[in-house]
Amino acid sequence: MKRRLRVCALLSALLLTAGCTRAAATETATPVLTVMTHDSFSVSETVVKTFEEEYGAKLVFLKSGDTGAALNRAILTRSHPEADVFYGIDNTYLSRALQEQIFVPYTPTALAQLPGEFKSGLSGMVTPIDFGDVCINYDKAWFIERGLALPATLADLAKPAYKGEAGNGLLVVENPATSSPGLAFLLVTIAEYGETGYLDYWRSLKQNGVVVVNDWETAYYTNFSASSGRGLQPMVVSYATSPAAEVIYASEPLNEAPTASITTANTCFRQIEYAGILKGTSQLELAQRFIDFMLSPVFQEDLPLQMFVFPVNPAATLPDDFLQYAAFAQEPARIDPVLISKNRDKWVTEWTRVMLP
Amino acid sequence: MRFWQELTRSVKQSGVLLWGAPLALLAVFFFIPMAAILNVMFAQSGDIVFSDSLRPLGFTVFQALLSTLLTLLLGLPAAYVFARFDFTGKRGLRMLTMLPFVLPTVVTAVAFNALLGPRGWVNLLMMKLTGAQAPPINFLNTFTAILVAHVFYNIAIIIRVVGNAWSQLDPRLENSARVLGASPWRAFIEVVYPLLRRPILSAALLVFLFDFTSFGVILMLGGAGFSTLEVAIYTQALHNLNLPMAGLLSLIQLACTVIILLLYGWSSQGNDVPLFPRLSGEGTRKPRSAVEKGTVALMVIILFTLQVLPLFALVSRSLVRLEGERGQRGKVQSGLTMDYYRELFVNRQQSVFYVPPSRAVINSMSYAGITMLLSVGAGTLLAYAMVKRPATRRWLDPLVMLPFGASSVTLGLGLLIAFSGSMLSRASFPWLVPLAHSLIAIPFVLRTVQPALSAMPKSLCQSAAVLGASPARAWWEVEMRLLSRPLLVGGLFAFTISIGEFGATTFIARPDNPTVPVAIFRYLAQPGGLNYGQAMAMATILIVICAVSIGLLESLSRAINGSE
Repeated sequence: MKRRLRVCALLSALLLTAGCTRAAATETATPVLTVMTHDSFSVSETVVKTFEEEYGAKLVFLKSGDTGAALNRAILTRSHPEADVFYGIDNTYLSRALQEQIFVPYTPTALAQLPGEFKSGLSGMVTPIDFGDVCINYDKAWFIERGLALPATLADLAKPAYKGEAGNGLLVVENPATSSPGLAFLLVTIAEYGETGYLDYWRSLKQNGVVVVNDWETAYYTNFSASSGRGLQPMVVSYATSPAAEVIYASEPLNEAPTASITTANTCFRQIEYAGILKGTSQLELAQRFIDFMLSPVFQEDLPLQMFVFPVNPAATLPDDFLQYAAFAQEPARIDPVLISKNRDKWVTEWTRVMLP
Repeated sequence: MRFWQELTRSVKQSGVLLWGAPLALLAVFFFIPMAAILNVMFAQSGDIVFSDSLRPLGFTVFQALLSTLLTLLLGLPAAYVFARFDFTGKRGLRMLTMLPFVLPTVVTAVAFNALLGPRGWVNLLMMKLTGAQAPPINFLNTFTAILVAHVFYNIAIIIRVVGNAWSQLDPRLENSARVLGASPWRAFIEVVYPLLRRPILSAALLVFLFDFTSFGVILMLGGAGFSTLEVAIYTQALHNLNLPMAGLLSLIQLACTVIILLLYGWSSQGNDVPLFPRLSGEGTRKPRSAVEKGTVALMVIILFTLQVLPLFALVSRSLVRLEGERGQRGKVQSGLTMDYYRELFVNRQQSVFYVPPSRAVINSMSYAGITMLLSVGAGTLLAYAMVKRPATRRWLDPLVMLPFGASSVTLGLGLLIAFSGSMLSRASFPWLVPLAHSLIAIPFVLRTVQPALSAMPKSLCQSAAVLGASPARAWWEVEMRLLSRPLLVGGLFAFTISIGEFGATTFIARPDNPTVPVAIFRYLAQPGGLNYGQAMAMATILIVICAVSIGLLESLSRAINGSE
């Protein structure tokens, strides 16, 4: 009996200490800069160290769900902000964030070097950091085997040639109500067909057997035929950089990407990600330096292989693998961010009524 | 002096010493955050459209009822087989049925895809056999997938809660009825069922509430065509940023939970019959007649297909590459590989967010361990309070169950804002995660311990006292011994819930303590065969570690309890 008691006590003690060792956080005098961001954020250890050593500070990253969830947290906790900097808000949420007034103004000097397309609608509050295009990705071998030409426009997708078998069309898209690439693709169709015509276009896609799933993970890994999930759809709404990830993270070394993206005019949506300094920060100075740092080549050149996005700073050089396999659209679809923020609920609701009755 | 005597007497009588601490926990980590977040939600800008809540509400109730019925339909015979028969591989199978509990939904979705998806093993096999070009089974993104996944997740609740009570039932009661001429069915209806009614209702309530608040299963296996209240809350709160609407939906969900709990309280009225506990294993025997053998074999096959095959499919995808012949919708070539496991230990892009598998496992295990201790402690105290002071049960039970039916998205946001900036914020209070897990785990412990405790005859402890045992010794050697099995079952659920929970905790998880599910998500968020394989490898590690832990806990309980 006694022995058993001791075993129990030992077990509980072990579990407790396991929990407590982490409780005793090291308290030091180094200032801490907390960056709230989305779950897809990633950065190299060396890049973090570069900043920490230069400014004698510590960087803490607070991953807070996907973009919408992270922004929501920033809004809900604005009276006691959890972080000093928010990174990763995209152009579909930007006007909402500005409207909620969660940022303090800051304009880094390096902003002047950036191309004009990234500088609109900033209101002096946020700084563009990276961009990536949401485009249709396709299974290269599938199209070669069938001898089927690639669709070049949105209208092509609704043609009988891309109809596929019953209930199993050739294209899988994400639900715009629950997925940001899904919303991006909905916006592409609105840019192309206007508020009056986009629903009719979606009706014709539906007749062509388009498959709708809730999240990118399911669309890519379960439905897309060229991914490891090996699904049934040879086309998926994903990012124009996904083919590069397929090569870099291949199970076996590949010298050619199994997938590619369709980047023809007006078929892609450009997601631009911004960073801003959160109201109520006690590290204003350090936060400003971090925004500067994010535009510097050190950080910008790290972005492609960490997050599979393009740096906004044209001075940043891209890694070879990335240059070779990642793409971006020359003419992405254009749609006013203010209009997006005003109508996104309405558009998504109308879309849901048509597509998921 | 008189006043103090009065006070201590009334304190003792109310049982507050027993339920005070668990209830305080509940108040601080459930009621305050919920009140805070609902308050904030309705103060934000956004349109409330009441009619938009009706469809999700209807579907939520419908799918939860159907899922619960199906789970009972399969779970009760399984509980019977486990409680009354000995067969080879029984312990192993019972342990395996518990494992789905630890799987995050995204992994379950992948497991079902690996088994039943268009390129899953079943479809590949059938296409090979029949020479068909298109996969014959279309499982993913259907209503069937939702139901199957709910049974997959929750059947363990019925097997454990009902099976445990069933195995404690004196087999002589049933035998006497049979000797007196009752048919097996009549013996079940008139003798066994009345004694098992409470545990069955209890387990069914847990299953129903799990299905009622289902979220990941609906999103990832049901697909875009289905929406429950919880999914609607998630969409409104985190994508549309329409917080007032999310608040309304949360209130509706909470109100439904209250109604369900009141209905449950009303239907499970009555007193437990004190029954002398039987020796463990007394009621079990080898199946004898052809019918018995057939029943056991059928149950084993069903459970194996439903619970074990998806896990095998998952594990297989961590070891098998599906390469080559890309683009052909029919043929797939495969090859064995250990690359995915090897790659887990490499931080190829030197990311700061790289999680070494050992660290993720240690974090997950310590959270789960603390959750287990907290909820076993609090659950046992509550069980004692309800048994010693039956009057408290009427209000205490629904109160404790409430977090189970609350929206995890809303609670997560509530925990986030209620303590931000205080010493209980996620940055300075590492116990926030296991405490949040305990809110969901305590009802499980309560549901397993309380019936056992109230059915325990008082005479046992009295005999021990007569024989000279001190109250403490009588408690430890009599009551605790008899409770060790229900405590184990409750503890196991607490442990596995903590490991798999990915709702409320995503909001309060600490960035420096990534758990195994966090690591799995990191891999699945990017394209590439290696990422996919690594996610599968990490999930396999999770499954193996949990299987080992469950096995260890079971043998620990056996060591305390004497025998099986």
